[in-house]
Amino acid sequence: MSEQQVRTHSIDMSSVLRGKEKSQHPNETCIKVENLNLFYGEKQALHGINMEMPKKKVTAYIGPSGCGKSTLLRCINRMNDLVDSARIDGKILLDGENIYDKSVNVAALRRRVGMVFQKPNPFPKSIFENVAYGLRIQGVNDKRILEETVENALRGAALWDEMKDRLNDNALGMSGGQQQRLVIARAIAIEPEVLLLDEPASALDPISTLKIEELINELKEKYTIVIVTHNMQQAARVSDFTAFMYMGELIEIGTTSELFTNPSKKQTEDYITGRYG
Amino acid sequence: MIRLWFKSGAPWIWLNAAAVSTCMIMVVGVLGLVVVRGVGHFWPSQVVQFSYQEDGKQPQIIIGEKVDSSVTPAKMALSTGHKMADDEETLIQYLIKTGNRDVTGSDFRWIEERNIKAQSEPLDLMVIERQEWGNFYGRLLEVKEDHKTIATGKEAWAVAQSKIAHTLTILKEIAHLEKKEIGAINYALERLRLKQRKLELKHELDDVAKQEIAAEKEGYEAQYKQYQVQLAELYQQTRRDSLVATTDSGKQLEIPLGKVVRAFQPNAMSLFDKVVHYGTKLVEFLTEDPREANTEGGIFPAIFGTVMMVMMMSVIVTPFGVIAAVYLREYAKQGFTTRLIRIAVNNLAGVPSVVYGVFGLGFFVYILGGNIDQLFFPESAPAPVFGTPGLLWASITLALLTLPVVIVSTEEGLARIPSSIREGSLALGATKLETLWLTVLPMASPAMMTGLILAVARAAGEVAPLMLVGVVKLAPTLPLDGNFPFLHLDRKFMHLGFHIYDVGFQSPNVEAARPLVYATALLLVLVIIGLNLAAIVIRNNLREKYRALEG
Repeated sequence: MSEQQVRTHSIDMSSVLRGKEKSQHPNETCIKVENLNLFYGEKQALHGINMEMPKKKVTAYIGPSGCGKSTLLRCINRMNDLVDSARIDGKILLDGENIYDKSVNVAALRRRVGMVFQKPNPFPKSIFENVAYGLRIQGVNDKRILEETVENALRGAALWDEMKDRLNDNALGMSGGQQQRLVIARAIAIEPEVLLLDEPASALDPISTLKIEELINELKEKYTIVIVTHNMQQAARVSDFTAFMYMGELIEIGTTSELFTNPSKKQTEDYITGRYG
Repeated sequence: MIRLWFKSGAPWIWLNAAAVSTCMIMVVGVLGLVVVRGVGHFWPSQVVQFSYQEDGKQPQIIIGEKVDSSVTPAKMALSTGHKMADDEETLIQYLIKTGNRDVTGSDFRWIEERNIKAQSEPLDLMVIERQEWGNFYGRLLEVKEDHKTIATGKEAWAVAQSKIAHTLTILKEIAHLEKKEIGAINYALERLRLKQRKLELKHELDDVAKQEIAAEKEGYEAQYKQYQVQLAELYQQTRRDSLVATTDSGKQLEIPLGKVVRAFQPNAMSLFDKVVHYGTKLVEFLTEDPREANTEGGIFPAIFGTVMMVMMMSVIVTPFGVIAAVYLREYAKQGFTTRLIRIAVNNLAGVPSVVYGVFGLGFFVYILGGNIDQLFFPESAPAPVFGTPGLLWASITLALLTLPVVIVSTEEGLARIPSSIREGSLALGATKLETLWLTVLPMASPAMMTGLILAVARAAGEVAPLMLVGVVKLAPTLPLDGNFPFLHLDRKFMHLGFHIYDVGFQSPNVEAARPLVYATALLLVLVIIGLNLAAIVIRNNLREKYRALEG
């Protein structure tokens, strides 16, 4: 890629980002990662990560495949606990509380930190039961409360109008994009503080992707969102802050506009201009 | 040329097709044989009257059904002691069911075709199915009521039919009284005796208790006496009337109506009559108790026992196998030990079933059952309650036998559930247990049903271990009845598979019982198919419900 092209590319990015500058205001930290190392057996997957993610903002992780961005994301709700060989040291503070503290109830933590996966994974139940799942686990069985919450969650995920007459249909009969929004509805039905999105649109067609991105923009009014994405345009479109990771290390984090228009590290610049990755 | 043909792959396809068709032919052959032999048994065949004269003997009349025929070459016939004329090339023999075992001592005889002088099928030939001594073949002479002749000749048949119907209703009443009412009283008396013995053992048998028990006992005994009187009266009625008939040898025989199950004249029956006859015989076969050392009557207790045992087994093996599989797959740390356990479980499936029978007898019946008796039923000693083969132990033994298939298929089902589903549930704040109960297990339920189907298929056909742990030739009572606690797990029971063995090989009248073996085999196959179909329908419904994520 010639220098000329690089420049135009950066300019394109900045035009995408222009609208975001207005919403900047002092940020309150929601998640703070302190010196986090993660090992899979002998292999170290994350090297001394330090970063802060502000409240009610969207933070995007970008980086080439295998750079550890999904691993880092899964540390925030302790999904890596499920991997037998994974070992973690360091801290992640959620509202000032270390989630790796021994006294932490993992199930309760995951209620506060919801997660949406790369591939839509609805349960083989009705649409209603999918959204009500989290509440039922918490012991809510009052029909009125359930109905109300399901409706709100589906509205929140922009799915209510499409699905209100099909609530008893099996969720597996929905399209991929609808399934992914259903999974988001399922996550927000239990009103978490943080929403982790692990490449939520990578398995979807462009129109569904657009809908998900619009949804993310609406959701950040209420939730702190962390999103992993392969797609730099997407990161630019939806996020307020962007972190660039490479080989298990955090190379750079900053506001999205700054990172894309004026990266401070050479590696970041090479990546966003398409030199590698 | 041939090399080219080999290269084309055609021979390979032919070989494959041949293997498949051999399998199909064998399956169809087995079923066909069983169906043809079994289904034909209840059809009323023509009764033939032969004029028969053997060389140098008096001519005689033989009445009976043609059952079988054999053709023997002259040489072989000579060597077995038959006299053969020079121009005879073969010796043709017929097996005739002549019945009348009480007169002649056997039900069947072989006759030679060359000695048959004439044969006909007179309409007035009569077959009587009796409670004992097998069938009677002959002609009806007269009907007697209270030892006085009330009908002879042509009218006798109609009168006999109405009399038989009347007597059958009385017999039914007797059966009801004996089994239901008197059975209940006997059961209550036995419980009373056990209660008294229990109090005695606890040294709590004071005068008040004694009086109570005595009073209760008196009540039952009074009832019993009442029934006894009623029964005696009914029995008297069945013995009062009788049929007088002649056999083929002209001998007169008086048959009390109480011993007659049914009488019919097959040669005079229209096709419709025969169909009706066939239907009633079939219903009798399916719903009645066996008679005459299991060679006549129905096999209902065996059907009931088989189904009951399989159901009990399913109830035991499913939760046990599923729980074991869940631990192995979900909780146990995968490694050397779990591999060892899996190998052990798989090998368990290969142990010969009779070994399970021996184990069941030695461990479940004698050790477990014996201890249960000592702890909970000291009052019935020395008679065992659970310390003897019975339904419970048979079910548990078969559950053990089929445990491996349930474990293996449940494990496979659990392994097939995508991890994304588990993660989805965990990410919503569910604990591992909640995830398992709310999502994983329901999704694995079709696999569990598959395991159960395989288990049922194996258990229903198993005979060898059952002979050691609970199946008997003839069980006087069903394991389920109207007496508290309704389900009697300690009782012995009858089983179709064992019934086949018993009727076919242990019966005093093998020749007469052979068609029954086929009929019972057919029924066993049908029962297994039925049980399997039920399980398959349930599984398919579950599959539809929990259609796993594709891709």
